[in-house]
Amino acid sequence: MKVVGQSVQRLEDEPLVTGRGRFVGNLSFPGELHMRVVRSSHAHADLIAVDAAQALALPGVAAVWTFADVSEVPPIEFRPTRVQGLEPYRQTVLANQCVRYVGEPLAAVFAESSYVAEDAAELVAVDASPLPARLDARASDIEPTVLRKEYGDVGEAFRKADQVITLELSIGRHSGVPLECRGAIARQDPETQVLELYGATKRPHPNRDVIARMLRLDPARVQLFEGHIGGGFGVRGELYPEDFLVCLAALRLGRPVKWLEDRRENLLACNQSREQFHRISAAIDSAGRILGLQDEFFHDQGAYVRTHGARVADLTAGMLPSVYRVPAFRAVAHYRLTNKTPAATYRAPGRFEATFVIERVMDAIAQRLKIDRAEVRRRNLIAKSELPFTRPFQVLDTDLVLDSGDYAGLLEKAQHAFGWDALERELAGRRTSGECVGMGLALFLEKSGLGPTDLAKIGLLENGDVEVVTGAASLGQGVETVIAQICADALGVDYKRIVVVHGRTDRIHKGFGSHASRTTVMTGNAACKAAQTLRARILEWAEGQFDLPQEVLDIRNGELVRTDVDARPLATLRELAGRAKFEAEGEFFSDHMTYPYGAHLAVVAVDRDTGGVRVLRYLVAYDIGRAVNPMLVEGQILGGVAQGIGGALYEEFLYDETGQPLSVTFADYLIPTAKEVPQVEVLITEDAPSPLNPLGLKGAGEAGINAVGAAIASAIDDALGQKIFVTRLPVTPVQIKRALI
Amino acid sequence: MTRLALTVNGERHVIDVEARHTLADALRERCGKTGTNLGCEHGVCGACTVLVDGEPARACLLFAVQLEGKSIRTVEGLAQDGRLHELQRAFMEHHALQCGYCTPGFLMLAAWFIERYPQADDEQIRELVASNLCRCTGYQNIVRAIRAAADRRR
Repeated sequence: MKVVGQSVQRLEDEPLVTGRGRFVGNLSFPGELHMRVVRSSHAHADLIAVDAAQALALPGVAAVWTFADVSEVPPIEFRPTRVQGLEPYRQTVLANQCVRYVGEPLAAVFAESSYVAEDAAELVAVDASPLPARLDARASDIEPTVLRKEYGDVGEAFRKADQVITLELSIGRHSGVPLECRGAIARQDPETQVLELYGATKRPHPNRDVIARMLRLDPARVQLFEGHIGGGFGVRGELYPEDFLVCLAALRLGRPVKWLEDRRENLLACNQSREQFHRISAAIDSAGRILGLQDEFFHDQGAYVRTHGARVADLTAGMLPSVYRVPAFRAVAHYRLTNKTPAATYRAPGRFEATFVIERVMDAIAQRLKIDRAEVRRRNLIAKSELPFTRPFQVLDTDLVLDSGDYAGLLEKAQHAFGWDALERELAGRRTSGECVGMGLALFLEKSGLGPTDLAKIGLLENGDVEVVTGAASLGQGVETVIAQICADALGVDYKRIVVVHGRTDRIHKGFGSHASRTTVMTGNAACKAAQTLRARILEWAEGQFDLPQEVLDIRNGELVRTDVDARPLATLRELAGRAKFEAEGEFFSDHMTYPYGAHLAVVAVDRDTGGVRVLRYLVAYDIGRAVNPMLVEGQILGGVAQGIGGALYEEFLYDETGQPLSVTFADYLIPTAKEVPQVEVLITEDAPSPLNPLGLKGAGEAGINAVGAAIASAIDDALGQKIFVTRLPVTPVQIKRALI
Repeated sequence: MTRLALTVNGERHVIDVEARHTLADALRERCGKTGTNLGCEHGVCGACTVLVDGEPARACLLFAVQLEGKSIRTVEGLAQDGRLHELQRAFMEHHALQCGYCTPGFLMLAAWFIERYPQADDEQIRELVASNLCRCTGYQNIVRAIRAAADRRR
């Protein structure tokens, strides 16, 4: 029986339910030192002096570093990009002369225990002269770049328009906030002199290369190791100042160096995301069809350019037209710096934002022309017959070609599953009798399977198990299980006998890691090719050994069998492994991303007394092309919805007027609990397999979060009976109370 | 440093701690029980939930010296004689974990709960699950897993 398509149990789980997780905080090396970072308490200030004398005098302190100790390390690189103008705004590993956000590392303490390191960090005396803080991207005078995406005659579209709708919309600053804070341990192997970094994830190979380049080391002498990772969501596994500090300290101090941040540091210093201000205009005809769209937005990057460069702004602009035809389009993205924590990607980067913006426009058209919300969308959808559909611009430096889909078909299925028409009548009745309830709808476009390539190596182990070595990373999403399922089918082996290796730069020479919903698509197809080649090699070998034509040989349930006669198996894989070495490689290339799509539907109730919003029902319909493990796809969606509800209603990094962050504990930064997250219904469809890879796969990681802000906004408007009431996320009780007065 | 004896999963550990060392740090660094994870160190997320004399407690909010003479149960003590606890099996069967970082805390909380309230309904289980934070699962599979383990016990 084929295992691809089956909701089989995960291979990852047993160590995690028995307390045997290898999270970085659980690792220790003999003689290790503990690092504590001294962080800026000013949003913007000139550094006059950093005095470490008292800290150094504390027993158990091995060293204290300031910028002078690391001045030879260049500022942290960002990924290669065609965007110009970002270089001057990179962050140094410790602040040099000026601090630009609260939480910026300005000194590092190394001590015998984490408690002593923390004591010593408090003794580092910082003399700084405060400067005015830039806190609003719209007013900031630092604009490293402006991105533009444009096609068609926008001016003509607006001249011809029957009506023009303009909205000002904004998205609050929030982020991934994994439950495990960041951490890293570096050590130099005394025998091989290889620098080892533990706690790595997401992009181990590219990160290894950057570390080697910045610290002027031979990349072959730097190895990254991934253990278990307590959630990624875009922020974990990027290179941060602390990663370089532990590496450099391990080399210089000759001892392993361990760093674990606490939650306050995590909320101050780990990548934040999402904060944008949009002014969008839509030119529409009398039937509500969009003739042209024009969006100008301000992207709040925080204090420095980080490893993603301008990707989030690029994705926001590029994904904005979504699943709609939009004959003429212009987006202008102002990428600006402020004195806040630097920003980068968070799950569905650019899409959570863009989907909110475009779907608000759709709702506004529906309200203006008094057309049903779903109908307006249908009139603007790209038809199935128009696919593949090319947008004449690039995102992430790849051509945007919508590869396959049936958007109208999915909308219909989603509405049917939700019982949309009956609900509409029911909720109208409840509103008449005084309840404040409403429902919302949002369509979304996803992107997945970012290239350029992935490699997988596969081999039979002595015990008859099959080992697959990948360049992927595992952030908890089930990589091992999914890759094992794909290889199991290609090879003819139980998926539980497939051992998937990931996050190890010493086991495979290249890899692009796990991000951008790429792993199942890219690593999955590479592993499939490797497994197919391995199978062919085994059968070819068996042909000679058993003097039988390959046509009558097969591998089934881990055994080499004859298919022409009913006979005992010829050999087990274990026996084969004892007789010869069986190995193979597979590589998969892709120039284009593949574009899944879906719909979110929500019912909310607004409490007139408190202004609080409760999500009563939620449905995600998602076309994934082909689901390797539907249970895991559903799991990705459920988790994404919960995070999306956070961003729509609860989570925000707030700053006061001097740039002091106000959301530095879990009592202020509100992650939804089981009381805020409803039972979520998931409809997975496989109507549009991707033509871009042999398995037809599309990614699953970001579908659950993508349209939550948009759908909740639509539902709140409906509940309140107000036109485009929601113009800002998160929607807070204070905003709603104001509207109800 | 203070010398004290902690009873963890029935084993006695004689350890030296400073007065300021938390129970979580003592378990992880002095007793070798790294299954108890720390998510916030201020008592909100519940990742470090352990049972102290049978009752759930946040190990980040207790000092080790407060635990002298008390019996502590951690995730490492859930499986008995190599056989997984019904909750551990249910979490695996119902995909109630992704990254697994919050899982030990939920398991300990639920282990206490299903013993104390075997008749609990879904709403009460959801209320319980709201004690802790999970960033991956959206909670509904955790609710399902606890439901299944409680049903199995009945």
